Amino acid sequence: MTQPRSLIDKLWDAHEILRREDGASLLWVDRHLVHEGSHHAFAKIGQKKICVKEPTLTFGVLDHYVPTNRVGIQIDPSIPRMMQTLRDNAAAHGFKLFDITNQNQGIVHVIGPELGLTLPGLLVNCGDSHTSTHGAFGALAFGIGATEVAHVLATQTIWQRKPRAMRINVEGTLGPSVTAKDIALNWISLLGADGARGHAIEYAGSTIETLSMEGRMTLCNLSIEGGARFGMVAPDQVTFDYVKNRRYAPQGQKLEEAIEDWLDLKSDPDAYFDRELTLRAEDIAPIVTWGTSPEQAVPVTATIPELKSLKASKAEAAKAALEYMGLEAGKPIIGTPVDQIFIGSCTNGRIEDLRAAAEVLQGRRVVIPGLISPGSVKIKAMAESEGLDKVFKDAGLEWAGAGCSMCVGMNGDLVAAGKRCASSTNRNFRGRQGKGARTHLMSPAMVAAAAVTGTICDVRGLLSGKAN
Amino acid sequence: MEGWRYIKGITAYLPKANVDTDQLIPARFMSVPRSEGYGDYLLYDQRRDVDGQIDPKFPFNTDKYLSVLIAERNFGSGSSREAAVYALVDAGFQAVIAPSFGDIFASNSVNNGLLPLRLEEEDHAALVACHQAQPDMPTEIDLKTSRIRLGSFEREFTLDETWRLKLINGWDDIDMTQRYLSSIEKYIDRACNITPWAWPNGVK
Repeated sequence: MTQPRSLIDKLWDAHEILRREDGASLLWVDRHLVHEGSHHAFAKIGQKKICVKEPTLTFGVLDHYVPTNRVGIQIDPSIPRMMQTLRDNAAAHGFKLFDITNQNQGIVHVIGPELGLTLPGLLVNCGDSHTSTHGAFGALAFGIGATEVAHVLATQTIWQRKPRAMRINVEGTLGPSVTAKDIALNWISLLGADGARGHAIEYAGSTIETLSMEGRMTLCNLSIEGGARFGMVAPDQVTFDYVKNRRYAPQGQKLEEAIEDWLDLKSDPDAYFDRELTLRAEDIAPIVTWGTSPEQAVPVTATIPELKSLKASKAEAAKAALEYMGLEAGKPIIGTPVDQIFIGSCTNGRIEDLRAAAEVLQGRRVVIPGLISPGSVKIKAMAESEGLDKVFKDAGLEWAGAGCSMCVGMNGDLVAAGKRCASSTNRNFRGRQGKGARTHLMSPAMVAAAAVTGTICDVRGLLSGKAN
Repeated sequence: MEGWRYIKGITAYLPKANVDTDQLIPARFMSVPRSEGYGDYLLYDQRRDVDGQIDPKFPFNTDKYLSVLIAERNFGSGSSREAAVYALVDAGFQAVIAPSFGDIFASNSVNNGLLPLRLEEEDHAALVACHQAQPDMPTEIDLKTSRIRLGSFEREFTLDETWRLKLINGWDDIDMTQRYLSSIEKYIDRACNITPWAWPNGVK
């Protein structure tokens, strides 16, 4: 009898070329996604006079440095230079590049799935920690550093030690306006920002099965904020329906044959997990962060923790975080005045996120400024065809182009020092959205609610009178 | 990259948990070519006060040549930016000691000759106490024997064997992988047959 295997085991086995005596595996990389930030890696292979080994498995996109206000490209000379460097590398090595004029341009973790580059059963690498997003399809997807990017460029393989297996089960029905973002911030606040360090997480359970692909991507995306380099969901009919008719996905009979194979991509009933955690969906409320680490998060209805209620090591960090954020321990988070909002990013810049925000903003005016940047050109077009852009603009928000925008602080979209931003992004780190910026992470609907009231508030109160 | 086996280095302590890679190097400096050096960007905003002036109380703002950093939990979490490691290495650091590291940061460190040395919370606290009692006492780290010593503090640490070999020999993975080209070719042939869907549709 063969040993029962987890999804992680199956994906690992399928990509393992060999395992060295010291335990490191050499893995085959099915898709390598690169962006402007990959310039160090190209410089590295350039020094060695090495060409990209598999240009047809390498795809580039401009996203990190792209000014979402396309006319404002001259704000910082390093921005056009970084974009040009990637164009030059794509031309020199002969791989496909989605430039800013391309209808498929967008954030790398948004367009990979959109184009069918991301598929169940693949190993996907990208020099970006949110590569775990692609695990939502039942892929082995993980972020890598520049030296590793250079290795993948040169060999289409990567050395990696197999992570321990962890399963997070979520069972039951999520309450109104409770989203995948809240599931993620919930477990991260429970286990800590390094709680899943060294592990690959499989998300499972009845709640996960009912999530759309957008929701699953948000959940897997945030795995790294809890320390896990890998997050994944076993593929099912929801996945297969999403993949169908995507540009680079198998078509027709080939897709049927692929689905036959993909149906096996799930953990066997008795598969071993080093760690397992079960959450009840009913217990999860809309969550907001109050500090400078994603673990510093509470349900919107709760108070910021008292320092004495925390472990000594966490109390020290909390004290420093509250000082940076200009907040007080023990006070309700609700009612905190906000200066501006942002909706977008690889975490929550997809069509479902924009629809959720529009539902709150429909027929309302915002009282603070804000920026909405769709995750891709395609999502922008889809949102416009649904009239969502009109809802946002009528509400008084700015509707921008696609890119990493205000999540990453390197393309000109910044939060000013001392300003408080309600944000649908993934990191509330010090200075992440700009030097001295104060970031509160929350779901897109919660961000929209903050825009309407000018404070951190419970979106459920704004939607209760509206039809679902 | 040069390998190393033993260091005896002047040590600094950064008493902050969750020092993420955005703090280690803010995004605005990441477009600089590596050849220009990243040392000055290390913890750029943390080292300065609100007016942008160097804060003399910050542990790194010293004339001493630091090469060992004692950090706190979840050091190097967040973004995969290897520039965070470049900043530490270019500033002279060869080892960072913490109770836990971001996984990607730890891999990036080893790829640049920087040791991410993990100690259990208790041992880590003992090391911090020793350092604080004698701030000028250097830390000794021996990669071959996995020993760390600072004054009266001495422990054996655990280290991934691959990482030990890479750090000692300064190995470059790209060169090493060339030894396995035939295995890679065999894998591709097999995969073409077993999982033909793994190649992008319409791309040759």
